[in-house]
Amino acid sequence: MQEAILRMRGIRKSFGAVQALCGVDLDVRAGEVHALVGENGAGKSTLMKIVSGALSPDAGAIDYAGKPFAPRSPAHARRSGIVMIYQELMLAPHLSVAENITLGVEPQRFGWLRDPLTEVKRTLELLGHGHIDPATPVRTLGVGEQQIVEIARALLLDARLIIMDEPTSSLSAQDVDALFSVIRALSARGVAIVYISHFLEEVRRLADGYTVLRDGMSAASGRMADTSLDEIIRAMVGRTLSDMFPRREHTIGDTVLSAGDLSSPPSLERAGFSLRRGEIFGIAGLIGSGRTELLRCLYGLRKVKSGNVLPRGKTLPGHHAPRRSLDAGMDMLSENRKEEGLAVSLPLRDNMTLSSLRRLSWLWPLSIIRGRRERESVSHQCTALGIRSSGIMQKTGDLSGGNQQKVALGRILIDESEVLLLDEPTRGIDVGSKVEIYRLIGDCACAGKAIIMVSSHLPELLGVCDTLAVMHRGVLSPKKLVSEWTPESVMQWATAGKPVPRETSGIIAGD
Amino acid sequence: MKKLRTIARLIGPFAGLIFVFMIFRIIAPSAFYSAYNLKTIVTQSVITGVGAMGMTLVIIAGGIDLSVGSVIALCTVIVARLLASWGDAPGALLPLCAATIAVGCGGLCGFVNGYLSAGLRIVPFIVTLGTMQIARGAAKWLGREQTVLAPSTWLNSCMDVDPAPAWLVVAPGVWMLIALAAAMALVLRRTVFGRHVFALGSNEAAARLCGIDVVKTRVLIYALCGACTGLAGLMQFANLTVGDPTAAGGMELDIIAAVVIGGGSLAGGEGSALGSLLGAVLMAMLRNGCNLVGIPNYVQNILIGAIIIAAVALDRYKQRARA
Repeated sequence: MQEAILRMRGIRKSFGAVQALCGVDLDVRAGEVHALVGENGAGKSTLMKIVSGALSPDAGAIDYAGKPFAPRSPAHARRSGIVMIYQELMLAPHLSVAENITLGVEPQRFGWLRDPLTEVKRTLELLGHGHIDPATPVRTLGVGEQQIVEIARALLLDARLIIMDEPTSSLSAQDVDALFSVIRALSARGVAIVYISHFLEEVRRLADGYTVLRDGMSAASGRMADTSLDEIIRAMVGRTLSDMFPRREHTIGDTVLSAGDLSSPPSLERAGFSLRRGEIFGIAGLIGSGRTELLRCLYGLRKVKSGNVLPRGKTLPGHHAPRRSLDAGMDMLSENRKEEGLAVSLPLRDNMTLSSLRRLSWLWPLSIIRGRRERESVSHQCTALGIRSSGIMQKTGDLSGGNQQKVALGRILIDESEVLLLDEPTRGIDVGSKVEIYRLIGDCACAGKAIIMVSSHLPELLGVCDTLAVMHRGVLSPKKLVSEWTPESVMQWATAGKPVPRETSGIIAGD
Repeated sequence: MKKLRTIARLIGPFAGLIFVFMIFRIIAPSAFYSAYNLKTIVTQSVITGVGAMGMTLVIIAGGIDLSVGSVIALCTVIVARLLASWGDAPGALLPLCAATIAVGCGGLCGFVNGYLSAGLRIVPFIVTLGTMQIARGAAKWLGREQTVLAPSTWLNSCMDVDPAPAWLVVAPGVWMLIALAAAMALVLRRTVFGRHVFALGSNEAAARLCGIDVVKTRVLIYALCGACTGLAGLMQFANLTVGDPTAAGGMELDIIAAVVIGGGSLAGGEGSALGSLLGAVLMAMLRNGCNLVGIPNYVQNILIGAIIIAAVALDRYKQRARA
């Protein structure tokens, strides 16, 4: 690692009355993997958009490769060697891998395309992915490989600074490992990486240096090796790790939902359990093990081949519409907030009342919405959930990830459901909002609601839930109290589908 | 690998064409299968086909152009008036000038479409809905609200089913369509511009990020579509031998249908010149066969509508199966 490739001093940026950045400093060395962490709204995306040319700062100086730098546009920044890889991948799905990698810089002669095969293959090999066929259409690749294609594109442009915004939020553990080895390879070649992520354990594994942003300022920075996770979290939120999972005592009542032998091939083989009032039931498992499919079967978004769902003694037929689940008191929070969980172009108020309109309207089926009642319900929820917005009519898509998730949660609470199915409720949300959502889940349990929570984040499940089961290739393990599980036993079930006998576990640990 | 993808892409419309041919082979009188009728079919697919070449560009890029029918009519009127005003014996060169000017006017209309939609950021559907009316009005105005007579020139023989120099076998217009289709296919698959057309339709944000000049490219796309429309108007004139402000009403829908049958997706990112060609021939064959069998016009409309829906449904099914 050598001198700084990027040096930002005193960057200020405001959007109207909101001061997003109030004088931020950032230093990144050539070949360094530099983590940029902070809560939502702390200014990470804004800062990186300034570096990558999508925004221009109100004040401050940027030095790139030793010279003053003021990018006029993202294209200009890319040409200078700064490439930002967004969370939503910027790939043309109909074009092939090679076509995407060379988009905008196609090798040509007088407008006629020349075959870029050698350069493309070489770049993919550099990234350890020489097995990807450059002619395959990009939409047939998995998310992990699509990301590699974007990185290959940056490499072809001879990027010296690559900024990655939440690159692992939709990746499996394997893809994450593959991505990390790619990042290390890039770092060894002298490419600097700025890595923005909410997954602090990953950041610890990967980064050399870090900078913490809080409320638009640089709150802390340093070498990752010299700093503990606790110190970083404290710099981010002013809270320590032990406060992460607020637990509240609550009583568990009688059975409120049971499912027997649910099966919906190919992803769901066999699942059965019973759920009680006030219980927070967590479901762990690897990505693709069938957890989301289980929730969707319970709720009615996925055809059930055999088995039954029995909420509160009633029976829901194999393929029932979500309407019937709602009437039976069951509602679901989708894992795909932007595309399924919320109508992002509608105002906050509309999203929150979307499943309660019947209750909030006069003269069914004429259904004139009772404006005042609707407003009061929504305002009450916004206060109860701590939603930060400019008003109940603000466009949902303009809210931060954490607030959007609270809106989705608010919808489930307003429709007074008794059984809540939560699919990855804290995905893509900053630490501070995560803690608030854990507390809200606890409040729901105290109020007597039954909750099923699917999550890929084991500490969260072990910290929040009362009971836990693990899904392995479509089969749900027996449900046990959280105190009867350990991270190792969960992993064993998740990967092998059954507990591994004690004698051999020593061998596995030694691997 | 690339050849395989080309074949896979064209297999749908080609199979449809063979299928329709077989049906009419059975149910239509033997006149259907005659050489003259087959030549008639390909000749009747020229106007739609030429228009579809330009429309393919637009649709692949994720846009649409509803004004093509009106612009065709406008171009027939322009050619007729130019020829009429240049006197009785225009010779061989003047008709060429008239033709070039008409194609240029088509290109100009396309340029306006492109500038209004991409430059001023107005939805193409709305822009071309407006220019559709404007062009039709302009055609009626130029033609003084009646058909415009024009002296006979070699232009009139471009759409003769039995062409004058017999070695041509089919009408000159047909050869022109084939050449245009080949050129368009090459541009789409082998040039940087063609690659950018696909990128725009597939993910405009990604294209912009990679430095592609979105506005310039879109304006060029619509201008080229306008030029093809001008050419189609020329062929329409050759067919009618007069300028007709009321011609080609609704033809934009036939042209869009040809592109969609040929594999184009209105969502952008997909389409092929050769596919659109097959689509145009398929529709001409359908109309021709129905006429010979005696099926009334309105039934033909229903049939064509059903085929469009079937073609798109089949395509969506294939895509979902792939995913």
